[in-house]
Amino acid sequence: MSNTLPMTTLLADTSSSSSSPWYFWGYFLDHRSDDLRWLWDHTWLSIVPVVIGLVIALPLGWLARRYPWLYPPTITISGLLYTIPSIALFVLVPPLLGLDPLTPLQVPIALTVYSVALLVRVVADGLDSVPVDVTQAATAIGYGRVRRLFAVELPIALPVLTAGLRVATVSNVSMVAIAGTIGQANLGQLFILGYQLSSPTPYYPPIVLGIVFCVLLALVFDLLLVAGGRALTPWRRAVAAR
Amino acid sequence: MIKFDDVTKKYPDGTVAVDALSLVAPSGQITVFVGPSGCGKTTSLRMINRMIEPTGGTIWLDDQDTRQVAPATLRRGIGYVIQHAGLFPHRTIIDNIITVPTLLGQSKKQARLRAMELMERVGLEARFATRYPAQLSGGQQQRVGVARALAADPPVMLMDEPFSAVDPVVREQLQQEFLRLQSELGKTIVFVTHDIDEAIKLGDQVAVLQVGGHLAQLATPAELLSNPVNDFVAGFVGRDRGYRALGFETAGNLPVSEEPTVIIGSPLAVANAAASDGWILVVDDDRRPQGWLSTGDSRSASADQVMPDMLHRGGTVAELGGTFRAALDAALSSPTGRGVLVDEVGRLVGTVRASEVVSQLDTRAGAASR
Repeated sequence: MSNTLPMTTLLADTSSSSSSPWYFWGYFLDHRSDDLRWLWDHTWLSIVPVVIGLVIALPLGWLARRYPWLYPPTITISGLLYTIPSIALFVLVPPLLGLDPLTPLQVPIALTVYSVALLVRVVADGLDSVPVDVTQAATAIGYGRVRRLFAVELPIALPVLTAGLRVATVSNVSMVAIAGTIGQANLGQLFILGYQLSSPTPYYPPIVLGIVFCVLLALVFDLLLVAGGRALTPWRRAVAAR
Repeated sequence: MIKFDDVTKKYPDGTVAVDALSLVAPSGQITVFVGPSGCGKTTSLRMINRMIEPTGGTIWLDDQDTRQVAPATLRRGIGYVIQHAGLFPHRTIIDNIITVPTLLGQSKKQARLRAMELMERVGLEARFATRYPAQLSGGQQQRVGVARALAADPPVMLMDEPFSAVDPVVREQLQQEFLRLQSELGKTIVFVTHDIDEAIKLGDQVAVLQVGGHLAQLATPAELLSNPVNDFVAGFVGRDRGYRALGFETAGNLPVSEEPTVIIGSPLAVANAAASDGWILVVDDDRRPQGWLSTGDSRSASADQVMPDMLHRGGTVAELGGTFRAALDAALSSPTGRGVLVDEVGRLVGTVRASEVVSQLDTRAGAASR
């Protein structure tokens, strides 16, 4: 990106109609307020469903591991949920839940469904990664079930949970963009704009800007999750450094 | 005191894991449950802290019916050690140890102070406190497991094959330290093992369980060796019963012969002159035996002093006033046939021959049959 900066300064004061893909920065400077608002909305729409999804997936994943007969149907159902095209789910959520067809909640709800679908399995497998010796010892020295879950099992499952959260968050970033096509204010708007402005000749800057923002957003989330995961699992590093 | 009163565990499919078990594990003593796999020893242990619920009978902890106590509360008052230690991998050693005190509501700071003492007690260096379990060896982890079980100072400890996953040398060491610790602490301990030698070594009393959860015999180790009640117990106790039983009998009046010695580092010529039958016992400045020196050994030809690497070290050393087994073994393992006897601080007292030990045994047997 370093070589785009001089170009930007050059182009910004001459014309805002360059269709070069590299003009995206100039495009951003020209439409800063809209772009930043979309970026902000995109950020929240990417995070909140994963957080709510995790809260819902925790008890479901716990149940799927506690009662082994629940595991196969849980995994199958959550896998099937994930195959529903996102655009269809966005449209179907309001009528299915009896909400106003124009409710702004349709996208977060649909994305939460996807996050739950991904994270149920992650939670179940994460809890399964805790050695039996450890859970038994925890029970034997007087941990109740809930306390054991939060004080022993979840911390030990954290590496698996972090890996799952990374996938869920990053895939959410791209799915939020699709919600732009049904009129939701987020970075997806940039793709629609680019599409509309590409007639009769291709116009790339908003599209490239949207991609760059999405990739950066995904990268930042991923780094935060990795850093958070590392900070919360000093025991893994200590072992690796042995 | 832990009392099993007609305790049965029957699974829905009809399998009987424990069959009407009645026994008492007395306070301050080690009761070992031993038996082949499938004998219900671990099931019996786990019924004590309600990890498994009995289907019949009652288990009493002193005068408390364990069913009347909430499981988590019951368990916090009972130390528990398992085979692979089961330490929490995400907590440091010190935080593993303070688990139960914190569950009981003690402040972390106070619990850590006591945990440091406990670490010393179980033979862990203080520098391990801030490490994580995976950074420790199996033997060290097991020590942490014991420290964690002791942290809230419970009167009762349950130990489920705690030493069977470590190598034999470390196991021996852990067993010795466990006995030393118990002599200081006097806990009421139920110990499960499949290893009859371990049972005999550690138990104040040993319960031999048979497949199907049936108690075959409850006895002291010496009694078990000398008087197994049936073929199953006899077979399980195994070979060399007679010899092993000698390990529980004090050898009273062994005839001790004086043994000529040289001090390590003496001129070889002095050693050769002092040797009577081609062997001379070498001791250190405090008269602690170091090993036998063979005067005809080619290794000593080039040196002019008695050096440690010239010594034959195969012989065991028995303490005077110790067991018949130790005295006999000292004689049998000595290259000269003379078993080395020492006093309680390890200084040479003299030697004894196997025939002399055996004749003592004969006299004792004669006295018993009269």
